[in-house]
This record gives sequence, C-alpha cells and structure tokens, in this order.
Amino acid sequence: MTVAQQTPSRHESQKPMLAPRNGRWSGFRHLLGARMLELKREKEVVFWVFVFPLLLALGLGFAFRNKPADRTTIAILAGPNAAHILELVQSSPQKHAIRAEIVDDFQAAKGLRLGKYDLIVEPIASDKVQYHYDPARPESVQSHIEVDDALETAAGRKDVLTTSVIVSSEPGSRYIDFLIPGLLGMNLMNSGMWGIGFALVDMRQRKLLKRFVATPMRRSDFLMALASSRLILMVIEVALLLGFGILMFHMRVLGSFSTIILLGALGAISFGGLGLLTASRAQKIESVSGLINIVMMPMWILSGVFFSYERFPATVQTFIKLLPLTALNDALRATILEGSSLVSQTGRISVLVAWGAVSFLLALRWFRWT
Amino acid sequence: MTAAVECRDLRKTYDGKVEAVRGLSLLIEPGECFGLLGPNGAGKTTTIEILEGLLEPTSGEVSILGRSWKTHSRELREDIGISLQETRLSEKLTVRETIELFASFYTQPRSTHEVLSALQLNEKSEALVGNLSGGQKQRLAVATALVASPRVLFLDEPTTGLDPQSRRQLWDIIRAFQHDGGTVLLTTHYMDEAERLCDRLAIVDHGQVIAEGSPADLIERLGGHHVVEFALSGNGLGDAAAWQSLPSVDSARNEDGVICLSVREPHRTIPALLEQVDQRSAQLERLNTRQASLEDVFVNLTGRHLRED
Repeated sequence: MTVAQQTPSRHESQKPMLAPRNGRWSGFRHLLGARMLELKREKEVVFWVFVFPLLLALGLGFAFRNKPADRTTIAILAGPNAAHILELVQSSPQKHAIRAEIVDDFQAAKGLRLGKYDLIVEPIASDKVQYHYDPARPESVQSHIEVDDALETAAGRKDVLTTSVIVSSEPGSRYIDFLIPGLLGMNLMNSGMWGIGFALVDMRQRKLLKRFVATPMRRSDFLMALASSRLILMVIEVALLLGFGILMFHMRVLGSFSTIILLGALGAISFGGLGLLTASRAQKIESVSGLINIVMMPMWILSGVFFSYERFPATVQTFIKLLPLTALNDALRATILEGSSLVSQTGRISVLVAWGAVSFLLALRWFRWT
Repeated sequence: MTAAVECRDLRKTYDGKVEAVRGLSLLIEPGECFGLLGPNGAGKTTTIEILEGLLEPTSGEVSILGRSWKTHSRELREDIGISLQETRLSEKLTVRETIELFASFYTQPRSTHEVLSALQLNEKSEALVGNLSGGQKQRLAVATALVASPRVLFLDEPTTGLDPQSRRQLWDIIRAFQHDGGTVLLTTHYMDEAERLCDRLAIVDHGQVIAEGSPADLIERLGGHHVVEFALSGNGLGDAAAWQSLPSVDSARNEDGVICLSVREPHRTIPALLEQVDQRSAQLERLNTRQASLEDVFVNLTGRHLRED
C-alpha cells in the first residue's frame, strides 16, 4: 500500500470516485417509501380508503339487517275490556312478536300517525274488537294479520291444518354478505382510480413529473412504485373490510385468503391501469376528477355493488357483465361466499385482465410526463 | 476544451403556429455563469428546457458536455442538475426525505448532510415541505439539483418572487457552486441578478439573442456609461432627437415625458444641457445622472422595458 493511498488528499475526498453509492433499485425503493409516507400523512386518503368503506358497511349493514323476528307494536284503546284483550294477546302463542300497550284515543291516534304503533285495537265488547290501520302501510297489514291470528287463537280457535316453517337467515345469504364483497370491489375501484389517476395529474400539475424525468430516474421504476403502493394498500383494504365483516356481522368466508388477495391484486392493477389511462393527458386535477367520475359512475349503479344487477333487463346484463367492476364483484362474491377457485372463474378474470392490459397499453402510448 | 453547453440555430414552434424560439445559438464555456436575460414570454424557458433535454426542438443542434440528448440521455442526466420554474415538491415529505428521494436517482449523489449544510437547510431538515417559506422552498428546489453533484446547473428563474434576503442567499449558493468549478446557466428577468451573478449574458427577445457579452461589455456597447434623465415644466421638451446634438450624447429617448440621454462624459453634457434649457426659456423639473444598467441596454435595443406588464 502506498503512502498516497493511506492519506487521500482533501481534494480527492471531496469527490469520491468509488463504487456507485446507489444500486439499481435505490430509486424504486425511495419512490415507494416516499409514496407510502405521503399516503400515511394525507388524512383524507386514510379516511376515504380505510374509514369510509367501513362506515358504509356499518351503516348499510344495520339499516338492512335481518331484524330478529319482527316485532309489531300495537295500541289497545283504554276501556272496560282493554285489560282482557291485553291478557289474550299476552297468552297467545305469538306473544313474543307483539308488544301491546293500553293507551287513550288521543295517544293511540298520534302513535299510529307517527309510526310508533302499527295497529290500534278497539275493544267493543269482551268478545268483539275493531281494528284501525292504514292498508297502505305493509307493516300495518302484517300486524293486523298477526294480531287477529293471536287473538282468535288465544280465544280458543282451533286450526284445521297443521303447518310449520323453516327459517333461513344463515350467514352467507344475508344482505350484508352480499354487500361486503361489493363494497370491497367498489373500494378497489375507487382507490385504484383516485390513487393512480388523481395522484399522477396532481404531480403533473405541480410539475413534479417533469422534475422527476429531469433526473436519471427510470420511468418504469416510478410506475412500478406507484403500482406497488396500490398493492400494499389493497392488502390493508381487503383485510380491514373482510375482518370487519367477520367480526361485526359474523360473516363466513369460504374462499382462501390467498385467492381473495390475488383477485384483489388483479382488481387493483386493472383499475390502476384505467386510472393511468384517465390521467395520461389531463393537465388539471379538475378535468381528471370529472373523467374519473364519468368512468366510475355507471359501475357504481350497474355492477352490483349495493343490489344485484339481475334486476336489469337481460339484454343489458350481457353488457354489464363486461364491465371490470362487475367481473371483480362477481369473482369476489363467488370466492368469498361460495369458495370458488380462480380456475373456475376464467371468464371474469379475462375481463379484468383485458381492461387492465388495454388501458395500460393505451396509457403508455398517450402518457405525458410534462 | 469541450463547451459545457452549445446549441446552434435552435427553433421551437408550438402547434405549427407559435414560434417560441427562432434561431437561437449559444456557446457556454465550462466554469462560466451564463445568463439568459429577457422579458416574460421571450422564449427563455423554452430554450432552457430544450437544453435540459425536456423539450424536443423543432430544429437545431444541442450538445451538453460534448454529448447529445439523443444518444447519451442517461449519462447526461447524471451530470446535470435542474431547477425548473415553479416546481411544487410533495408537501407531505420532509426536507430530508425530499433530498434523499432525489439523491436515490443518481449513482453518485452527494451526501444529504453535505447538501443540507451547503443550502443552509440544516435547521429545517425535519420540517414538511408544505410548511417552508418561499425562500426555503426555492433553496430546496436548488438542493434537489445540487444533490446530483452536477457539472452543469440549469436554473430557470431561480429567484422570481423571493424577498431580497432569500435572493442574496441563493446568489451565494450559485457563486459557491461556480467557485467549485461548476457551470451555471440561468434565466432571469431581473437585470440586477444578471449583472451581479453572470460572467456573460445573452439578451433574449422574441425567441432570438439580440445581444451577447459580459454585463460590462453590453453596457459599454450602449455607448455611454452614464444616463442623464431630465424633465421640463411646461411643454418645452420637444422631440428627443433634438437633444441628441448635445456634446458627448450617444442616444436620446423620451420616456413618458422624461428625456433619457446615454452619455459618455456627463461633465460635458450637463452645462450644455442647462444652456439649452435657458435658451428655450423653460425650467428644469428634475435632473439626475446615474450609471447605465442592463435595463438601459434592453430599452435601447427593443424600445421596451424588461418588466412590462
């Protein structure tokens, strides 16, 4: 070793010509890290991506929950025979389904108007009653049949026919079971389109894209980092919504978690491609916002997020099934609720791949970095 | 020695109609600080973005450090640092994270610590970009260019909109970079910035270089080093040309009722001027003399001011 090597001059140490400090993937790692930090620090993103879908699931899940053996509340008009009628109701086989109160005329009329009572029972004699209700209200019609049945049975009517009922409210066939996979699909669409499309146009408007391509950064690294950040977020989204469904609504997940994640990844990438396409030219975030909404709006309604697309005419359904969100929702439902494998869903998967691939290729042709 | 930046007969036409750059040629030597001075819309940004390899010229040749963008794009990106006009960096990243992100794109970047100290951003290293002042943001923008340890630094209007103190801080940073052997190309519409910072200048108007040289050269070429400005009460001012015959006057122009004379020797001009005023039986409303500036050069060349709104 020479003396010069042992004591490098000050000048040399200022501009080290050693091995490259940064490896091939340094840019990618930093881009991904920066993107994740930005997302974490953006409170709106945390809300819209994680909290909002949970609130939606919670709200809709409770609004359309299967009520435990629907109870009807009725008013019995106060009078000499009121106590006797109340006793009959309470001794009937249907006593758990009927909540009865003895109130005066005024209270009863007001309660019926406000929806507190479904039905007013007016005792005329000990063996004679009159019902008051609005036949336009389904719950009142229901209540009338039930209360009438209860009173007649309690008073000693003999049924001629023996009947029985089997109730179906197993996990898997409830509204919430239908809803959660739909919300998952919708969320993957929302965050894919906004997370890629909006983010890119925002960066273009800030001239950040131009600033990046003025460095030796590889453009493919940039796009891969953006896609990777979406995939990481996707895993969290899926875990949160499914976990929520399992914990809050005792949802039963029949498909394997890895299959669900694979579908989620496919959906995230496919909608990411669509987001890239909408963002390929737009210079202002206002114009890309409009574009994204135009693309997403029909799918919110048609693709079976909140209600089944079976309600649409058959001819329209053929078209609906070609939409990416329909394919994703159907695939998620089949996997989560029925445990279907990926192989059995090649049709839906092809639709997703086609949308992703076509929009990605078009986006690469049209994309403007400046 | 290879030129740091060279371009020949650069032309850029947008949409086949608007001619932003019309036959512009430059030669910038290594170690020089070169300025493109001109009013807004003169084609400065288009020119610098073509030189930066961000815009494709409609025609003309560009060579940076002896290499062309078409064949050596990747290597060139490693060797140059760029600060665009108004880049809004991610507001949710800290100063340090931003510098580290940009450093990660280069194979041989400078250390983040070194760049933070050089740009006096040490105290703000953990602050979010969104919370920085305008001057700090602009220093950070230059930091993202200097982290590359570039040989050529391109700065598009680096101090536009900054307060005087922030401007001087940036000037010091640019001078320090040049002192270490770097080449600088900057655009500006501030004549004081051009005068103090640049070794040589090209004055650009309507996409063409209308004058080129050191600031002192350009002022010299104007004819006189001095400007005598005066106004008269009443309307005895008359035509500007009438005053050009005064001794030692190179040119005269009327600017909103004030006559501006480019003068070589004010001590010969002023007595004659006072005599003329007497002869016209008019009275001086104001009279002052000052050193000629680049602004005078520009006005003389174009008949317009640099910062006309």
